[in-house]
Amino acid sequence: MSQPFRLNKEGLINRNKKISFTFNGKKLFGYEGDTIASALIANGIHLVGRSFKYHRPRGFFGAGVEEPNAKLQVEFNGHSEPNVNATEMELVEGLSATSQNCWPSVNFDVGAINNFLKMFFPAGFYYKTFMWPKSFWYKIYEPFIRKAAGLGVASIEKDKERYEHKFEYCDLLVTGSGPSGLASAYAAAKNGAKVILAEDKPRFGGTLLTDDVSIDNLSGKDWAEKIISELKSMPNVTVKNRSQVFGYYDHNMLVMFERVSDHLEKKSKFTPRQRLWYIRAKETILSTGSIERPIVFGNNDTPGIFLSAAAKEYMKVYGVLVGKKPLIFTNNDSAYETALEFKKNNVEPIILDTREEHSSELIDEAKSKGIDIRFSHGVIVANGYKKVKSAKIGKLNKDKNSFEKIEIVDCDCICVSGFWTPSVHLASQSGNKLKYEEKIDAFIPDKKKQHETSVGAANGSFTLEESLKHGFENGSNLSAKITETKTEISIPNVNEKKYGAHDKFWCMPLPKNENPKRFVDFQNDVSVSDIEIALREGYRSIEHVKRYTTLGMATDQGRTSNLNGLQLVSNIENKIVPEVGHTTFRPPFTPITIGTIVGREVGMEYMPTRKTPMHEWHEKNNAVFVDAGAWKRPRYYKEGNETLFEASKREAKNVRENVGICDVTTLGKIDIKGPDAAEFLNRVYTNAWMKLPIGKARYGLMLREDGIVMDDGTTTRISENHYHMTTTTAQAANVLSHLEYYLQIVWPELNVNVVSTTEQWAGAAIAGPKSRDMLSKLYPDLDVSNEALPFMGYKEAEFFGVPSRIFRISFSGELAYEINVKSDHGMFMWEKMMEVGKEFGNQPYGTEALSTLRIEMGHVAGPELDGRTIPSDVSLNGLVSKKKDFIGKNSLGREAFNVESRQKIVGLIPIDRKSSIPEGSHIVQDQNAKLPNPKLGHVSSSCWSVENNNPFSLAIMKDGKNMIGKKFFAVSPLKNKSIEVEVISSHYVDPEGKRVRS
Amino acid sequence: MLYIKCPYCGLRAQKEFSYGGDATVKRPNINEEVSSEDWDNFVYMRKSPRGKHIELWQHIAGCRQWIKVQRDTATHEIFQTAKVTEEIR
Ligand SMILES: [Zn+2]
Repeated sequence: MSQPFRLNKEGLINRNKKISFTFNGKKLFGYEGDTIASALIANGIHLVGRSFKYHRPRGFFGAGVEEPNAKLQVEFNGHSEPNVNATEMELVEGLSATSQNCWPSVNFDVGAINNFLKMFFPAGFYYKTFMWPKSFWYKIYEPFIRKAAGLGVASIEKDKERYEHKFEYCDLLVTGSGPSGLASAYAAAKNGAKVILAEDKPRFGGTLLTDDVSIDNLSGKDWAEKIISELKSMPNVTVKNRSQVFGYYDHNMLVMFERVSDHLEKKSKFTPRQRLWYIRAKETILSTGSIERPIVFGNNDTPGIFLSAAAKEYMKVYGVLVGKKPLIFTNNDSAYETALEFKKNNVEPIILDTREEHSSELIDEAKSKGIDIRFSHGVIVANGYKKVKSAKIGKLNKDKNSFEKIEIVDCDCICVSGFWTPSVHLASQSGNKLKYEEKIDAFIPDKKKQHETSVGAANGSFTLEESLKHGFENGSNLSAKITETKTEISIPNVNEKKYGAHDKFWCMPLPKNENPKRFVDFQNDVSVSDIEIALREGYRSIEHVKRYTTLGMATDQGRTSNLNGLQLVSNIENKIVPEVGHTTFRPPFTPITIGTIVGREVGMEYMPTRKTPMHEWHEKNNAVFVDAGAWKRPRYYKEGNETLFEASKREAKNVRENVGICDVTTLGKIDIKGPDAAEFLNRVYTNAWMKLPIGKARYGLMLREDGIVMDDGTTTRISENHYHMTTTTAQAANVLSHLEYYLQIVWPELNVNVVSTTEQWAGAAIAGPKSRDMLSKLYPDLDVSNEALPFMGYKEAEFFGVPSRIFRISFSGELAYEINVKSDHGMFMWEKMMEVGKEFGNQPYGTEALSTLRIEMGHVAGPELDGRTIPSDVSLNGLVSKKKDFIGKNSLGREAFNVESRQKIVGLIPIDRKSSIPEGSHIVQDQNAKLPNPKLGHVSSSCWSVENNNPFSLAIMKDGKNMIGKKFFAVSPLKNKSIEVEVISSHYVDPEGKRVRS
Repeated sequence: MLYIKCPYCGLRAQKEFSYGGDATVKRPNINEEVSSEDWDNFVYMRKSPRGKHIELWQHIAGCRQWIKVQRDTATHEIFQTAKVTEEIR
């Protein structure tokens, strides 16, 4: 069980703990502290996936978030996750990883035939190829593309993991624990600021872990450890690893993704898998560092080709060699550090430097160590299909557009460096317009937009000395402004190697008659020729080129490809890069799980559930519930094998014949108090309110200022300056805000207070011809006769020792009452009613029966008051006062509201007296007319009339009242039904309203 | 997510508030004649400015007070907040 590419000593992994895992079914092992990538490379495995479009073999390219290729399907801790970055995912015991986007296997992939059918996949191939004929799209193209273009496979199992959200506030948020981040956090912490330091990787220190530097005579790694342990000991500092700040939103709100337990073999029950942090920071330090970019050359996607810094990180952090015969291909000095690291581990590299022969501290050191350096050289094309075997290299002429000499050298890996790109994503998301920095051929943040300050490599400073200095200064100054404390810190002495100037060279030319693919964007398979085609076809804006070629649109967001793409476009267009401009950076910086975004808001916790005090009784008595906003309301009480239709018919019939009770707790209730309460109601409602006596209720109608009906309900005068308003369940919150708006803003001179009391009262309606008999048993000492408690009357009385309010109001059209008791007594009231009501044939009824009762009476509700109807549309113009002013009155005079043929409410019955009319049906004259068939109205509510034993519907219909007696068709394309109907009055039962007054 | 300073409660997250439209619109007085043009302007006509906008928000999950907020509609920058009885200039 030896690992052929593992070094003996190097690295920060724990060699005392072996971790076993599988890759494509093969049993392997790594060590604690490995990523999947480092463990696979240690085992000599490089071929891990197939590319998106051409199914070309792909290996690892980076060592972290920049990785474009190595996305695996990973199974661990009992779930399967697609598109996991192998370079970021830490190894855990029992993990099993498999390659994606290949069939039947990564070694033999049928889709790779695409690679030989290149003409089939040029830029914009989706747009061009799959346009016609139309029928081919569904049958052939789409299934083919779906199969070919797949990344991993999302699990369809329920996610059993726990995800959490956390809200945090701080003075300074530091994003990244490299040298500048550590310095900023340290200086701010010393000033007493509340600091959060976030590091994406498991280890703190950033480049300090891999660069050959010293700070105050400590190695970079030791200095980072010292600072981190000091920060951890300070109560005003939160230090988080495995935590990536991925989004910068308005008003300095940043969002961080913490991987809490993915790296743990065992965790306690309530430990979340991942956590999302909403961090409101007063100031933000963006110390996100930089990412190396490649130089473009032929077949540059072959497995075994790495970014040079990644190769160094594999050696220094994981003790792993990416190859034993490396070619280092560079345009700058930083790759020399990789070469020296190879040399230190007894591997002989060859350096190909595009620059002409010159001297610098690093070059001199490499020379003195005897490393083979070839100036003015570069890799033209890599050879090898599943792994690099050799490279065709060339000596460039002075103009660097052709070759003086071409030869082939053997190698097993190529480490490429095309200089460094600052990670400006967060700065850009904050609104910062970036500026192009000629010196480093890349964009850096410009003037501050929010409270973001970029330091170190993220700001284009590539020396340790400068990064530390900026970090300490900015951390200190920004926090001092908040804490008003300034602690002097001496900036430590730094020992680092001086870099020479880099070469502004980013793409190798090709010799005549050679045309290997040169990839710019690996993850989306976008090559140089694809971008050339897009430009030849006339695409100019970089945003259009991006969408047409899909350059930079993969999940890696073009971290290693954007700038090379821009260079290519600007070269062809003869423009400079800043003129071409960059595309937009959008959160999240790297993909995050949906589970984290959702957090705990799943299942029952998706939204709050409101239950009435009688809920348990309903549950025990086979209620089937329906959601009414957040409320659960009994829809019907199921007896035996009853259907909804049968049960609601039974319940409604019982109300018409005997008596029923209904839980009406969910109705909105608003307490209105103050000397001007009557005046206020008079302005809010369309009808008159100044003369309502104490102890009386009145039905009221409320409009919006545009004249549309907003809500209806009864309001009762409890005492001189005290009213009790009810609203519909759905509009309760809106009505309260509406009242508050007028009291606080429009008429602050009115001395009135409003407060919601919905939760304070439990309510039950008692409805039916026997309701008075039942009431007299519930209140044996009270006179409940029609004279003592008439329609719209109100009384307060004890309900078996409990204070209660009795309203004689009716929604069902029957003789009815509504009893309110304090919520705590709701269950007591309900059970008493069930007990006392037995002898009168009382049954509970749900919302379905409630609807039936109100529909056949022609009482309007939500479906009729749908935000499009004015009072006269729904036969409520009798409630509109002509004498006084009220909210919305001026709008009722509008021309369109007063045309003769305006929509009005009517009733509909099917000619056959049998067919139910689906709600939402359109009313048309001729069911066979040519489309578009003129629509005369729509069916708003439907029921089975228990009074007449046939279907009945309410409809809102053009010129409605004049249509009574005529026949039409109610057509429902949704239900594929067309029913012949007759228009009748909307008041189908008891049109004179005798019962409620009886 | 915006961070709104309620003049009664202090800085609170946007999710505690609901938006209420242009705060500079004045409702015609009750019981007074109003031309249909003025009424239509009050009910329907709103400017949609790019830049500074004085608007109403209600602190529904807090003190339930309606407040005035001066916000940049393009950048979301909030310059000032005030009680509805106070002026924003
Ligand atoms: Zn408030």
